[in-house]
Amino acid sequence: MIKLLTAVIRPHQLDAVRDALVEAGVHGMTATEVRGLADGPDHTEMYRGAEYTVDAAHQIRIEVVVDLFEAERLAEVIVAAARTGKAGDGKLWITDVERVVRIRTGERGVDALH
Amino acid sequence: MDTGDAAWVLVSAALVLFMTPGLAFFYGGMDRSRNVLNMLMMNFWCLLTIPVLWVVVGFSLAQAPFENDLIGGFDNAFLRNMPITGEDGGFSLLVMVFLGMFAVITPALISGAVAGRMRFGAWAIFAPVWMLLVFAPVFKWVYGGWLGQRGSLDFAGGTAIHVNAGIAALACVLVLGKRRGWPSAGSPPHSMPLVMLGTGILWLGWFGFNAGSALAANGTAVQAFINTFVAGAAAGLAWALVERVRDGHFTNLGAASGIVAGLVAITPGAGYVSGMAPILIGLAAGVICCYAVRLKHRAGYDDALDVVGVHFVGGLVGSLAVGLFSDPQFFGTENMEGLFFGGGLELLFEQALANGVTIIYSFVVTGLLMLALKATIGVRVPDDVEQAGLDLPEHAEQAYHDDLSAGLRETGVPSELRAEVRT
Repeated sequence: MIKLLTAVIRPHQLDAVRDALVEAGVHGMTATEVRGLADGPDHTEMYRGAEYTVDAAHQIRIEVVVDLFEAERLAEVIVAAARTGKAGDGKLWITDVERVVRIRTGERGVDALH
Repeated sequence: MDTGDAAWVLVSAALVLFMTPGLAFFYGGMDRSRNVLNMLMMNFWCLLTIPVLWVVVGFSLAQAPFENDLIGGFDNAFLRNMPITGEDGGFSLLVMVFLGMFAVITPALISGAVAGRMRFGAWAIFAPVWMLLVFAPVFKWVYGGWLGQRGSLDFAGGTAIHVNAGIAALACVLVLGKRRGWPSAGSPPHSMPLVMLGTGILWLGWFGFNAGSALAANGTAVQAFINTFVAGAAAGLAWALVERVRDGHFTNLGAASGIVAGLVAITPGAGYVSGMAPILIGLAAGVICCYAVRLKHRAGYDDALDVVGVHFVGGLVGSLAVGLFSDPQFFGTENMEGLFFGGGLELLFEQALANGVTIIYSFVVTGLLMLALKATIGVRVPDDVEQAGLDLPEHAEQAYHDDLSAGLRETGVPSELRAEVRT
């Protein structure tokens, strides 16, 4: 079985999360810049005395496809590395993956992960 | 023709030309990313049309013969009677081309007010026609015409350019109407670095604008140069400090806006004031314009990028300040003294009159021109175009491409707005 770990985190925590995952033996991950409405306070910008509230904050979405037996451990690694303790740290969720194929070789399943 | 004078005014003319692209970046950075190319093109359109119009007939109407009260004639139309040999040696041609740069940037100033919703086709007609109907006569009245003859002073174009374009901007937005959702749905600047770059280009160009307006490489040019240096700084400082105290932060846009407000305000007095006067004028312009840009929210007119608050108000402050600080003794000139230099209220009155006349004429004629365009070809883009941004529908171009939009180009554009994109 293969699991997908998806985490939406603070942009500034990306380096910490990447380093922690590499340390934990992960070989690949995908990071995407996203905008999110949930979590964390809005931020306010000020131009010529006029306030603009930006409520769709920049966040980073990380996706890692992992072996079932690694999922819990790596999820904890991401959560620990992404946490600052303040509102807006983001979320992580784990989903089942039906199939994984390495495009270059056609390898499937766990073989495609390593 | 003195070769030193010729060299300085030639360089100054090129500096003033550079101000229009600088203004385009200053405005373009403040605009939304989906409208930035439309903003640049409104400014560059002035660089395409006005030079041609200026040498054909614009300069002649705005200046020649110099003694005319209301409007020039056709003596210098098609650059007739403007030799580079003989006694003149090309000096009148040099003045013609120098002033042509001012004719380019003056209608361009208006573009900031109408940002984000004006049909480009309407602007394409508006800018050159406005130059002939409004800029040329007002320029004549102020320089050589009846307002100048009465004694009002405008060294480099506070009244003729900034007050004129600023009040025209107000007339334009009143006819054009507000952007969708304004003011509740605002749009912050899409690129503050572009705004700061544009500000730097404007300041550089303004040395040509003001010090070049001495039309000579002399002491007056030196003083105008210093005033341009000091007033821009003082006004930027004042605006930044007001925002720090009032709103809590030193902002880039506050600094940039203050610099431009100070440069506008010192323009009419650049060659008439000296000493600490440029600091006082700059400080006053920085504080007053910082509050003036809020008027639009109270009064409900959508002057998108604050042409009224910065150019109209800044120009008016600077022009009236000439009535206070004008010091002919320092410059060895014949003009009237300001109130603080023993001249009484006479010059202040002339300054107020010149600006009052300019405000009324420019507002009325600009408003009529916009109404005529509205009644014929229309001045506003359709709602869906305004929503999606003007760049693609109006110009078939996009300012910023990333790999994704390149890869998805065929499906990335709403079909009703799809334009042929050539690469």
